[in-house]
Amino acid sequence: MTNHWVDIKNADLVFVMGGNPAEAHPCGFKWVIEAKKHRKAKLVVVDPRFNRTASVADFYAPIRPGSDIAFLGGVINYLIANDKIHHDYVKAYTNAAFLVDPNFAFEDGLFSGFNAEKRSYDKSTWKYQIGEDGYAKVDETWQDPNCVWQLLKKHYSRYTPEMVSKICGTPKDAFLKICEYIAETAAPNKTMTNLYALGWTEHSVGSQNIRCMAIIQQLLGNMGMAGGGINALRGHANVQGITDFALYAQNLPGYVSAPTDADVDLKTYLEKRTPKALRPGQMNFGQNFPKWFISLQKSWWGDAANKDNDFAYDYMPKLGGASDVLQMFDQMYQGKMTGFFCQGFNPLASVANKKKVSDGLSKLKWMVVMDPLATDTSEFWKPHGEFNEVDPAKIQTEVFRLPTALFAESAGTFTNSGRVIQWRWKAADAPGDSKDDTEIIAALFLKLKEMYAKDGGAFPDPILKLTWSYVQPLKPSPEELLREINGKALADVLDPKDPTKVLVKAGEQLPSFAMLRDDGSTTCGNWIYCGVWSQAGNNSARRDNSDPSGLGQTLNWGFAWPVNRRIIYNRASADLAGKPWDPKRTVLRWTGTAWGGNDIPDMRPDAAPDQNVMPFIMNPEGVARLFSRELMAEGPFPEHYEPFESPLDANPMHPNNPKARSNPAARVYKGDMEAFGTAKDFPYVATTYRLTEHFHYWTKQSLVNAITQPEQFVEIGEELAKEKGIKAGDRVKVRSNRGFVKGVAVVTKRIKALDVDGKRIHTVGIPIHYGFKGATKPGFLTNTLTPFVGDANTQTPEYKAFLVNIEKA
Amino acid sequence: MNMNRRQFFRVCSAGLGGSSIALMGFSPNAALAEVRTFKLARATETRNICPYCSVSCGVLIYSTGDKSKNAPAEIIHIEGDPDNPVNRGTLCPKGAGLRDMIQSANRLKWPEVREPGSSEWKRISWQEALERIAKLMKADRDANFMAQNKDGVTVNRWTTTGFLASSAAQNETGYLTVKTLRALGMTSIDTQARI
Repeated sequence: MTNHWVDIKNADLVFVMGGNPAEAHPCGFKWVIEAKKHRKAKLVVVDPRFNRTASVADFYAPIRPGSDIAFLGGVINYLIANDKIHHDYVKAYTNAAFLVDPNFAFEDGLFSGFNAEKRSYDKSTWKYQIGEDGYAKVDETWQDPNCVWQLLKKHYSRYTPEMVSKICGTPKDAFLKICEYIAETAAPNKTMTNLYALGWTEHSVGSQNIRCMAIIQQLLGNMGMAGGGINALRGHANVQGITDFALYAQNLPGYVSAPTDADVDLKTYLEKRTPKALRPGQMNFGQNFPKWFISLQKSWWGDAANKDNDFAYDYMPKLGGASDVLQMFDQMYQGKMTGFFCQGFNPLASVANKKKVSDGLSKLKWMVVMDPLATDTSEFWKPHGEFNEVDPAKIQTEVFRLPTALFAESAGTFTNSGRVIQWRWKAADAPGDSKDDTEIIAALFLKLKEMYAKDGGAFPDPILKLTWSYVQPLKPSPEELLREINGKALADVLDPKDPTKVLVKAGEQLPSFAMLRDDGSTTCGNWIYCGVWSQAGNNSARRDNSDPSGLGQTLNWGFAWPVNRRIIYNRASADLAGKPWDPKRTVLRWTGTAWGGNDIPDMRPDAAPDQNVMPFIMNPEGVARLFSRELMAEGPFPEHYEPFESPLDANPMHPNNPKARSNPAARVYKGDMEAFGTAKDFPYVATTYRLTEHFHYWTKQSLVNAITQPEQFVEIGEELAKEKGIKAGDRVKVRSNRGFVKGVAVVTKRIKALDVDGKRIHTVGIPIHYGFKGATKPGFLTNTLTPFVGDANTQTPEYKAFLVNIEKA
Repeated sequence: MNMNRRQFFRVCSAGLGGSSIALMGFSPNAALAEVRTFKLARATETRNICPYCSVSCGVLIYSTGDKSKNAPAEIIHIEGDPDNPVNRGTLCPKGAGLRDMIQSANRLKWPEVREPGSSEWKRISWQEALERIAKLMKADRDANFMAQNKDGVTVNRWTTTGFLASSAAQNETGYLTVKTLRALGMTSIDTQARI
């Protein structure tokens, strides 16, 4: 989230699309109700189902799964065509005036530089024109045909209300009504917040769904405002934290992009990742990249990381290519992996195409499951009737199952989706011989270290020299680890303006990342968390919930990253002179000598407005991007592409170009393209969703949750039910080209058939929570059905739009 | 009046019992010992966070025992933390079942192994489990570690063993996990954030 949960109460319009917070995030949704009650805010919902969020909305419209970009592109077109733009904001705080390479083009659904064979783009034309002074050229009049504004206007002029209705199936008048709601927040003192979740991410165009909203929020001037922003609701209680710590391949903690084979040495690596400002006088905060990386190396390898060995640059593995979960399972499926750990992760249930996942696991030499519970994955080799038909004798994988602690049985911090880091205390021991994950990791690592010290082996140095100064080496405490994450000064940190002044004494915990150095004199395990454990102590454990501003900022509750800032880009909540766009919801204002207000400024505190330092400090442009340069895989402007399994033969935007039917830059593995079904055999659109009583594949293990929603069901509309002769309560079988699941038919008015491109389109809704292990009735894993293809940028699988057929079981 | 939650329980239970008994002519002081107090008033209260969605609601966990070493705690009740500024004491239908998750019949209690081709689990000790896993890891790492790529660039990576990390683990666990995995040269790492 750019904002945070309580801040939702400050909105004038809550726009929910790609999420269903009333059911999936009920205690956060309370703040939507607060906004409705106390601010007279409106709630607008767009979703394939009339869900419980829709049931309390002021306005609801249906949409065909997988057509969100067409809808949002239509909104962009509406705002521009009807001049519902926050002009001062767009002029000052976005790249509308920037000039783009004249060779940049968009033709028949493809941007310039497409390589059909590689399914990727040469992005050399997706860039700004750079002047002789080294800065991006701009045209403040917005008249140049190559300026971002003109390109944006042209690109979205094709998304007429008629086209939106044709692609999405949303009635035209409902679409226009929603545009009117949204357009009202173009007024400088009105804000819209946007709430989304997996309904936007789990598509082959997921990231571009969110880019659309980023463009809309810029046009309306809603970024940085209280009650504004783009707010990903997110999954697990610490999914934000685990993302921040980069438990995935392409980054290191704090979104520091990991070295690849092209980064042959430290100098090359740092130079490539340390941007130069694209406009004069901008903060270009990314210029501090070397400080973040070198402080991390110092945390991990201490004295063994020094100037003479490029701070142990070679200790950090270089990424050879994609390494996400789909890639791993494809490698496994090809027999190219040996071992595999599943820590609190149930991939048999949660990764696309269960058959492929199961076949992959069967080819491993060994697998280790670390979990508090007996998961489906841990028993992928075991027959469970028709729900898991396997022959153990044919599966040679050696499987270990290690019992771990649950949330109540350990201490440490969780970071919520509003980026607030909060300390938890341990209440009881885990049952039996269970161990905390930290202890298991420590024990395995120390055992390996001992073996490498004794017997040698492949490149033992980074293992033998990894810092491990924990009081009990086998039990690093969460307190010790959080202090290490925060970082400390190894030598006195001096004021660069006055080297006689010591800012932080050697040995002290650092107060913020402003103190990090790139000369090896500071450590920091995750730069964005710096300040969480300063000399003042454990700031994540602060429990003062006072809220003097009334905005819900609670600056003394826990610690938000970065630097306890609650609303990101908050400089944009004030005009160029530093006067809040809405003084009643002041987040930040210029006091005459410094930035002050009700948040930690997202700006150099003494940057006077006349210095023209723009609010988007992480961008070298200093402004937000309507045109995203070369940063996305499939284009600088979002374009509608059909899901990989679509009921339509062609993309209605580009009916004559089969290359532009689905995301041209999405990665598809050999064998998976063939496993896509077509509308001839699988005429219905399917979408997966969640129930309020359950959390993923986890709460099926909890008795009371299992009692409240005991059995897999499949939701269909009345019209389809009639057509297929299915009655509520019948057992039905749902098939995709990859397998089938069975469930009880629930026939509702909530999913309506839609008219799309001249066809009548039915949608089948499939809750995901069931499986063969747990307290619920044994059932099929829903991902038996889903296709093995992901978003071109994040590789998040397309769980929200695919094709099925349905019949009575 | 300055009162914490536990004192509040005590005052309520004492006040209720005391006043009604006093009406019947008994002395409140003498009668107090006869009145049942709220069970939670005698429990140990611990602040934690619901592990499900990313609202990350504050919870109060009530357990028996006083956290002394010879008194193992049993969790008897969980409710929303009224001080938490986000959930303000509420929990949703998922979080309302937290105690049943902790006491799930499917909790694992000891390390187990399923040998290749076998159709059942076998209980093993932690020592055996950790030793066997560490040996398997080292054997694969030593066999498949890539020190240089085909262009002679030092890459120092190990791709043939993968790790899916939990997004329900605390930050400190995640940090130690990524620190050790990277030190081993591992690049096949992912988490629920993507799916």
